[in-house]
Amino acid sequence: MSEYSIVGRRLPKVNAWAHLTGAARYADDIDLPRMLHGRLLRSTRPHARIERLDVTRALAHPGVVAIVTGADMPEKMGIMPSTQDETALAVGKVRYVGEPVAAVAALDEDAAYEALALIDVEYEDLEPIFTIEAALEREDVKIHDEARRANVFKEVHLSFGDLDAGFAAADHVRDEWFFFEGTTHAPIESHAAVASYGADGKLTLWSSTQVPHYLHRELEKVLGLPRSRIRVIATPNGGAFGGKSDPFGHEFSAALLSMRTRRPVKITLDREEVFYAHRGRHPVKMRVKTGVKRDGEITAVELNSYLDGGAYASYGIATTYYTGALLTVTYRIPAYKFDGVRVYTNKPPCGPKRGHGTTQPRYAFECQLDKIAADLGLDPIAYRQRILQPPNSRTVNDLRITTMGLGECLGAVRTATGWDRKRGELPRGKGIGVAGSAYISGAGLPIYWNDMPHSGAEIRIDRGGGVTVMCGTSEIGQGSDNVLAAIAAETLGVYPEDVHVVSGDTSLAPVDLGSYSSRVTMMAGNATKSAATALREKLFAVASEKLGVPAERLAAAYRRIYDLGAPERYVGFVEAANLAEARYGTLVGAGSYKPPAGIGGSYKGAGVGPTPAYSYQAAVAEVSVDLETGQLTVERITTAHDCGRALNPVNVEGQVEGSAYMGYGEAVLEEQVFRGGLHKKPSLLDYKLPTSLDTPALQAVLVETVDSEGPYGAKEAGEGPLNPVIPAIANAVYDAIGVRFDETPITAEKILDALGKRDNRAAPKDRIGPDGLGDGRRDPGRALRRLGASTEARERKRAGTT
Amino acid sequence: MTKEMLTIRVNGETRTVAVEPHHTLLEVLREELGLTGTKHGCELGECGACTVLVDGVPVLSCLTLPAQLGQAEVTTVEGLATGTELHPLQTAFAEEGAAQCGYCTPGMLLSAKALLDETLVPTHDEMAQAISGNLCRCTGYTAIYEAIGRAAARMRKTSEERRTR
Repeated sequence: MSEYSIVGRRLPKVNAWAHLTGAARYADDIDLPRMLHGRLLRSTRPHARIERLDVTRALAHPGVVAIVTGADMPEKMGIMPSTQDETALAVGKVRYVGEPVAAVAALDEDAAYEALALIDVEYEDLEPIFTIEAALEREDVKIHDEARRANVFKEVHLSFGDLDAGFAAADHVRDEWFFFEGTTHAPIESHAAVASYGADGKLTLWSSTQVPHYLHRELEKVLGLPRSRIRVIATPNGGAFGGKSDPFGHEFSAALLSMRTRRPVKITLDREEVFYAHRGRHPVKMRVKTGVKRDGEITAVELNSYLDGGAYASYGIATTYYTGALLTVTYRIPAYKFDGVRVYTNKPPCGPKRGHGTTQPRYAFECQLDKIAADLGLDPIAYRQRILQPPNSRTVNDLRITTMGLGECLGAVRTATGWDRKRGELPRGKGIGVAGSAYISGAGLPIYWNDMPHSGAEIRIDRGGGVTVMCGTSEIGQGSDNVLAAIAAETLGVYPEDVHVVSGDTSLAPVDLGSYSSRVTMMAGNATKSAATALREKLFAVASEKLGVPAERLAAAYRRIYDLGAPERYVGFVEAANLAEARYGTLVGAGSYKPPAGIGGSYKGAGVGPTPAYSYQAAVAEVSVDLETGQLTVERITTAHDCGRALNPVNVEGQVEGSAYMGYGEAVLEEQVFRGGLHKKPSLLDYKLPTSLDTPALQAVLVETVDSEGPYGAKEAGEGPLNPVIPAIANAVYDAIGVRFDETPITAEKILDALGKRDNRAAPKDRIGPDGLGDGRRDPGRALRRLGASTEARERKRAGTT
Repeated sequence: MTKEMLTIRVNGETRTVAVEPHHTLLEVLREELGLTGTKHGCELGECGACTVLVDGVPVLSCLTLPAQLGQAEVTTVEGLATGTELHPLQTAFAEEGAAQCGYCTPGMLLSAKALLDETLVPTHDEMAQAISGNLCRCTGYTAIYEAIGRAAARMRKTSEERRTR
């Protein structure tokens, strides 16, 4: 029998019932008296100066109440404090098609929509930049005047260990280019916000956001309203996946329109707008060079990544670092060099999508390891298991590793899939492939560097034994409310249904930094556990007296506080709570969590990568390829995930399966692509989300390593399991048809091309993928040499001065 | 626009409301009748989030004009339970974790109900077909199949018990 009463049990989520009866209130479901409806006017140009913006005709339209433009909110904003390059509505210039330019509030949505056509905008077109190569080369076209070199947003150069010696010691070196296409989150709920500014000078904003705390900060900055007078309430998100973790123009616009009209204002984006709001997966070109000994032991790895960032910063600094940071935590790498460049282009801004910045290099690296295994005649699973980074170790880039279950995960997928029977035994057209990966359980450093906790929780016990947990987390469907309820219930010895969760409300709950970087279970979970433990001590003190048993001999479960030596002797939870309130006064416990010191290095850039504990995962994909049509069918994806401990196995499996589904979509179907700055497929018909008929059979296997950092041993589950799926599919396709896909997505068209069947004259290919930077028309080499030279000069300067 | 009076049968109730004649069933349900359980993901007939039943048949409420309905009975997620008793699909979805963010869930439940009204022994392919117009971005559909299967089993048991009584 389990030592826990709640943890580890397959219980329904506490918030499931609202979802299943239609009672859950998402942002667009909010309807307030006198509420106005807003719509945004968006740029039709990828890169242009706004010569004239005249709202006179629109204001005169029947039903229109107010209009705001960029001039009303010129303050720069953005999620990362050091790179705020965006305004709520465009000021002076537009940098992508779809950038919000003005916002209308009207009596109904129809009138607001009609008014958009009556806003007079004159643009002076500027030359747009659409590719990484053009962004690097074109010193003469600047998307942001502040960019120091061409359109480079951020450069990162890090080196660890002796790279030259590492490659010199290698018996075999692989050096190749990869491309990962951009994809978007496509949550089924579009973004929505409702603002209400009252005569008391206070603003309440309900929003479908993952980051109520950061939104709170940015509202203060942009609106000039003290944060003490702003309340942000994150409504249940109808899916987010990273796409609702930036502050957005519609949120500020709803707020300002409400301040101007003193009426509630709602703005809900339509589906096409969601595609342009984006902040999704960066397209990344990567060069990966890996040296190995004859037995496969890695001697050195060098990675260059070029990120197509789109028009604004978003999380771009972090994304750039993340393309390099986590490559080291899976396998032993004694020497490692990482150079990353993120550029601006005139496309919707890219940002964090599930796996944030780690998904692309993980795909490249796991494909390359598969090639190395083939080169050396090694089994890809056995090979990976032999070169694992050990638990309780530090990586070459100074990341602290605690539990490390990748070996068990690889073993689990080997067994679950019958790998040994299938690998190398399948007929042509059928294949099986594997990959491993890792992810953080929350970023080790906050976005705003300060000494305050990353997460806080308050718990109150009422006189009837009801437990209220208050925490600033945002419930985005990942099950965070249930995690908090389960941890509070386990710690206090009640049932989850006794727990009321108040989350995502900046006035009612202590700050939690938000539902990003898979941080909630680790950080809000620990804060909740610590708050509950503080309360439990009070309950145990009065129960100890009543039972005449020392507090150390007490335990709490099933609404009882009982004697571990004689469980039939107990005090009921309600009685204990009443006794404790009589003695201590109102029963409120507070807890907070901050990651421990010393989990990362001290070099510049060491802030991205550390986490209290890494999750690990391995996936096996089984595919078949129709050799005549090129149609790729992924039949089955089996993922084993080291989650530390599954607080609720149903929900962890759900995250693992959902990740596999999303990874499948990115590998085979989805691409966020543009033509002249226009999205090629901004609808759910054209942008192919996998339907039930597309999605492979998915199997999740949970591996529990019980990490000492996590609440009850838990680590993350929401993002990591996506990462191995994409390279596992690419590796399976190689096993099926002998073609390496060094770029995503793997479409039927590309497969036919590789098979030499797209047109009958072409010769078959053994690889589809890029051979370098550049599209053949320009010479990106020159731009890169210039970039490299200036970087080297800067590095020399830094070395000389420090 | 001038509103016109509309009489519509929803979840066993007959309601009369003033609506813009060009507004869709989705808009009327959400904005005039307060039935916000029906969701919208695209309003273009692509995602299935707005699925409701019309005389037991799944339809996309974002592509349906209420004037087309006549005397037809509309069922939304709010009408899925019988009195205080949840539909077996609702319970099974909770138990199997088939609702993550919950946004596709109302439409998914109604598509699944239409299937189970046809057969209580659905095959995997029948389940996949039945929900193929309902996009879910969270679950990968696995838990949804398990939930539909669990609900079907429970409903088979109930109908058997009724027969033997």
